[in-house]
This record gives sequence, C-alpha cells and structure tokens, in this order.
Amino acid sequence: MRILIIGGGTGGTILANNLARRLAGEIRAGKVRLTLLSASDKHMYQPGLLYVAFGQMTPDQLYRDEASLLESSVDFRVDPVTEFHLDRNEVRTKSGKIHEYDILAIATGARIIPQEVPGMNEGAEHFYTEEGAVRLHKRLMEFQGGTVAMVVSIPHKCPVAPVEAMFMLHDFFKARGIRDKVKLQYNYPVNHVHATANVARWAKPEFDKAGIEYETLFNVKEVDPVKKIVYSEEGTECKYDLLIAIPPHRGMETIEENKLGQGGWIPTDRFKLTMNGHDNVYVIGDATNIPVSKTGSAAHFEAEVVAENIASVIKTGVPVREYDGKVYCFIEAGYDRATYNAFDYVNLPDLKPPSKSIHWFKVAYNQMYWTTVRGLL
Amino acid sequence: MPEKKVLDARNTFCPGPLMELIANMKLINVGDELEVLSTDKGSANDVPEWVKKVGHQMVSTTEVNGVWHIVVRKAK
Repeated sequence: MRILIIGGGTGGTILANNLARRLAGEIRAGKVRLTLLSASDKHMYQPGLLYVAFGQMTPDQLYRDEASLLESSVDFRVDPVTEFHLDRNEVRTKSGKIHEYDILAIATGARIIPQEVPGMNEGAEHFYTEEGAVRLHKRLMEFQGGTVAMVVSIPHKCPVAPVEAMFMLHDFFKARGIRDKVKLQYNYPVNHVHATANVARWAKPEFDKAGIEYETLFNVKEVDPVKKIVYSEEGTECKYDLLIAIPPHRGMETIEENKLGQGGWIPTDRFKLTMNGHDNVYVIGDATNIPVSKTGSAAHFEAEVVAENIASVIKTGVPVREYDGKVYCFIEAGYDRATYNAFDYVNLPDLKPPSKSIHWFKVAYNQMYWTTVRGLL
Repeated sequence: MPEKKVLDARNTFCPGPLMELIANMKLINVGDELEVLSTDKGSANDVPEWVKKVGHQMVSTTEVNGVWHIVVRKAK
C-alpha cells in the first residue's frame, strides 16, 4: 500500500506523522510505504508572520527543518510535483521521478497573488510572506504620522487576520507614543466589519472604542502608488500614507496547471475530504474548495480525520468518521488580549470576551505548534 | 453559453456564504450565474446589498426548508 502526501505544510505534516504512528507496524513489515513530497525543506509557522510584522517575533522563529518534524518512517523528499495523472494513480515531480500511489493526499496550500489587483504590488505592504512581514515592520517603525489604511481581497488565508492587524496597529502606535498622529482606516468588502457575524458584532464597538475608522462595502479595485489612493469597485476611494493589503489568494500553480480545480481550489467532499470523482485522493487544508476557513486549524482537524480514515481502511476496510467542519482560531485583540472562535458545521461560533489569559495561551501556542505538527497535540 | 454553478455554503460560518460568493465570482465568466445555498438568513440581505453595490445582477432569492437559494449573475 503506497500512501503519497503532497505538501509539507500544516496539513501534510500532521497527516504524515499521524499515519506513521497509526501504521507503524504495517510500515515496519513493509506492507505500507509512506512518502511526503514538498517544495521546501523548511516548514513555516505562518501565523507567526503577523507577529513579525509587529516586531514580536523574528523571522528565524518561523521555521523548522521539515525533516526534523517528521517520524523517521516517513520517506520525505524535497521534490515538488509538476504533473498529476490521477487516472494512472501517479504523479511526476520536478526531478522527473514518477511516484505511483494507492492513496494520494493533496495538501498543497494556497499562495498570494497581489498582482491580480493593479498597483497592489507597488503600493501596498502585507504580512503574508517573510519578506512582506519584515518590510512592513520596517515601514511601521519608520512611520511618523498620517493614514494607515487596510484593504482586504478575497479569498484569503486566516479570515480574522484583518481585524487582528487593526487592533495590533492601534496598540503598536500607542506604544510608540504617536497614536494621536495616526488615522487607522479599515476597509472591508462586505456590509459588516467582518464576514463572520459574531466577529463583526464584537469588533465594531471595539473599533469605535479604539478610534479605528471603517468603511464597509469597499471591494478593492486598484491601487495608485503614486497618488497613494486605493480605489474600490463601488466607486469610492481611500487616500493613504501607508497601505496594508490582505492580498487575494489562489491555490498553488501546479494545481491550476494540472486543471485539478478552478482557481487552484480542488473540488472536495466537505465530509469525506475526498476529491470529487476520486475516492482514493484526499484533499486537506487550503487546497480544498470547501467553504470553511483557510486556516491551519482547519488543516489540522482535517488531517486527523483523514489519517484515522486511511488507517482504518487499511486495517479494517472501512473509514471511521467524517470531518465535521471543526475550526478553532485565536483572535488577537491587541498586544495583551485575545479571544477565539470555535465552530463546526453544526455549532455556531460563540466568541468569548477577550482576555489576557487567552492572549498568553496564543503566545504559548506559537511554540506549541511544533508539537501539533509532530502529530502529538 | 452562460453557465450556472452551484455553491453549497450551507452550515458554514467563516468566512461565510457571502465571502464564498465573492471568491467564486472571480472564477466565472461575465454572464454566468452562481447559486449560493445558505442556511444563514442574513445572507438573504447581505448578498443583494453587495451585488447592488459592486454592480452585478440579482437573479432570484428563494427559501426552501430553511435553505436560501440566492442566484447572482456576473455582470462585469
């Protein structure tokens, strides 16, 4: 039985480690072979990028060697997939190698495409890559006053990131002693300050308290980096001195190039987590087209379900459970407070008031994450 | 020939049916339609408001057994 996992991010790594433990006996006996292919030898903790942008983490803290996170029985190779041949149960990699599989799990994630918005690359900062987060931190440290504006493109990883960033901007400039010289302008594409109802209900009065101004129904159309104006589809405009964008995202190029899903989002059964039309192909994390949050949290819980099911199918012939839509996301509400959102397909989100203890739990989790991806937490 | 795509966003909360609609509008052609299925009654108001503001077309909104079927046509 050949199990092939594509993608060494949160979902792929948890899946590999979980399977390695559940199928340890079968792997030792040579009945199961477990392979993980990734485009990188490094594993990045993406939620840490927000902290890098505000000087609370340094870039080196975001990375571990992927090999150091994996059980030794996982055959790990840095050799990204270039061709998928699902009809033949095989993939081809950059090195030219062909990998045949019995079970495939695609966990390739998502990428930012700021170039989709005219002027965004030239005129806006972001915190969705190491380079972007480091540059944004420098700009924030150099900023002396004026308007810091945010615009949000869809879809994007981490739905609460725009709100978190606004609260952290407020505390950042307070700490620098120049909050009174800074106008914080939040622009959001739908008719509430956040698309998730309970986040919007909580954030709006908090924005008012913090003096964060906001405009809803602002769908970013283009950025003029010379005039420093961002224009909306609705015909409005926002002048800025520093623009922070949540860039638009797509799935990985290899997914689009191999026509596995429009926009790089693979059509996936929201319960079984199998690719539509391919019962031996699982898809987890940001690469799916399932309408759940694109977060490490969803990837984590999906990976656990898929690992249990693959192991059970191998051992008993039947899967054991379905993904219930579970997501658990911390939401930073500033420098020293945080809350969280937890929900699934049945249970509505129920935001608790922010507290210091949840913030410190999040700070601790920034380190505990490495235990999660080892499949232990 | 305009196409119609169905987007099942029932029982999803974050980022929610309207955001899923917006993301999927990027993937269809002008003239194509998206039918969003939503169990969130707020969508019945939120989607038309977004559609009108951005300049697309509302085709219909119907509720069947607690599920809203909201059809939008991409106009630009």
